[in-house]
Amino acid sequence: MSDAGGVDVRRVLDSPDFRRLVTRRWTISLLLTAALFVAYYGFILLVALDKELLARKIGAVTTLGIPIAVAVIVVAWVLTALYVAWANRAYDRAVDELKKELGS
Amino acid sequence: MPQTPPTAASTLDQSTLDHSTLGHPTAAAIGFFLLFVAITLAITWWAARRTRSAREFYAAGRSISPLQNGLALAGDYMSAASFLGIAGLVALKGYDGMIYATGWLVGWPALLFLVAEPLRNLGKYTFADVVAFRLRQAPVRIAAAIGGILTVLFYTIAQMVGSGNLVKLMFGIPYEWAVAIVGSVMLLYVLFGGMIATTWVQITKAVLLLFGVTLLTGLVLARFHWSPAALYHAVADGYGQAALEPGGLVTSPLDAVSLGLALMLGLLGLPHILMRFYTVPDARAARTSVLYATGFIGYFYVIIPIVGFGAAALVGREVIGGIDKGGNMAAPLLAEKLGGEVFLGFIAAVAFATILAVVAGLTLAGASALSHDVYVHVVRGGAADEREQMRVARWATVVFGVLAVLLGVLFKGQNVAFMVGLAFAIACSANFPALLLSIVWRRFTTRGAVASILTGALLTVVLIVLSPTVWVDLLKNETAPFPLRNPAIVSMTAAFLVGIVVSLLGREERAEAMFEDEKLRTYLGVGAE
Repeated sequence: MSDAGGVDVRRVLDSPDFRRLVTRRWTISLLLTAALFVAYYGFILLVALDKELLARKIGAVTTLGIPIAVAVIVVAWVLTALYVAWANRAYDRAVDELKKELGS
Repeated sequence: MPQTPPTAASTLDQSTLDHSTLGHPTAAAIGFFLLFVAITLAITWWAARRTRSAREFYAAGRSISPLQNGLALAGDYMSAASFLGIAGLVALKGYDGMIYATGWLVGWPALLFLVAEPLRNLGKYTFADVVAFRLRQAPVRIAAAIGGILTVLFYTIAQMVGSGNLVKLMFGIPYEWAVAIVGSVMLLYVLFGGMIATTWVQITKAVLLLFGVTLLTGLVLARFHWSPAALYHAVADGYGQAALEPGGLVTSPLDAVSLGLALMLGLLGLPHILMRFYTVPDARAARTSVLYATGFIGYFYVIIPIVGFGAAALVGREVIGGIDKGGNMAAPLLAEKLGGEVFLGFIAAVAFATILAVVAGLTLAGASALSHDVYVHVVRGGAADEREQMRVARWATVVFGVLAVLLGVLFKGQNVAFMVGLAFAIACSANFPALLLSIVWRRFTTRGAVASILTGALLTVVLIVLSPTVWVDLLKNETAPFPLRNPAIVSMTAAFLVGIVVSLLGREERAEAMFEDEKLRTYLGVGAE
């Protein structure tokens, strides 16, 4: 950890770039978590509180509830993909630059 | 969950049952199963020669690719309970089964957003590595091992008892034999092939399961001109529009949210899932593997209701409920109807393989808590050489494997359906709060961690016993002292509060100082294993 180049380590830890990266990482994580909670618990509360809405027919017999249940799963996957896309591009690039400053 | 009304045996369509080979070991079923065992034992033989160090035994030498790990994670998660159970629930209960299915996927994004990458960067073999990273080793390791082992044990009991029953139903062999076969074959995988063999067994099983369910879905849709709407029409014709509407599964919003919390955040505390993140080279690979896993598992839960509805329309609820009132045989019966004896044999073998693979993963996780956390870090104070670590790891595997078989036999005939729920509730109350707090909170202390884990574990067990699930359904009392069927909303909140309050009551200077240095490892992966 801080065995080699303790000065570099302190400098990176205190740098605005590093602090901004950590803040951004948690902001994005928590926003996506919030979106996930809204999608899933929104669905669960809809099931508990408004069964009529989910029972509404959108075809001959198909109910609105069926595409909504599938949508919850699809939304969960899309949120995962959004995070991975952001992290693979922006986060990893920032990590590589900070690591360069550490000389490792 | 409301009990399925038992179908009277007299209303059974007897001719359908007479024609079914379910419950009789057919050449196809035995052939496919033996083929799977032969392939996985060959994998184990190959893996055994690559398993010489603790790093290889616990973490497959950190050589697994993101796609491979994604499949293995999906394999660990798609148990026989979710394959057979959810198909059966949809067949018998209709739309309510779909509601249940969504809950099983939504933990995965949360796992990625909150813990996957820090976990990979900070830990070595177990989630306790992360919790104990800057705290005092012995007390935290012991508490985390208690939380981890309880989770894995309850999960294992549910799998073992489920497997004994399923194998008996499908192959007609006695319960004890089924449990013993599962126990000994999976012990061979773990003991000799460690994580490398366990991972490849999971991958093999995940591919077979996804293939089998896809084929089953395709055969169902082909009967309905490739139109789900036509399938729903057939279901509504047979069982009324109610089959496509929310029914009695979710009644109290509080209970529903509490179950949802356990399903979602429990995943973030399942030791056998968390352990998989140490098998990939770095945090980036861990992240990508969650995307693959979420894709496979999401696909699985989107198509499994079609299998369930197909079984209701083509096989019939009476036949399904008559063989097993939980509906577990819906998918196998449907397979026989659409693809004959050979396809039934294939699906039966896949279900058996699923149980084997999941129990192997659980055993490795349980063994690592015993050997890596308790023996190496508490008994030996972290000073054990490679040979000693490997010897202890293998002994712990034997101990846990034998325990799994004994518990499977002991719980024969018991209603253990609540045990998976209990495992998820403990995981989200005992393991998850301590794990998250240790990653994000500087002031988290040893005492806070121990208090949080013990509160979560103890409160969950006590509240489950006092809940309608055990107090009324199992112990036959009139009313339950605790109203919720799943205690997660209370026990997880309590674990967080206790962890925070106890930490605030005292300071741990060393842990706070280490938190800053740890950040380099948490966020940049500098110094990660």
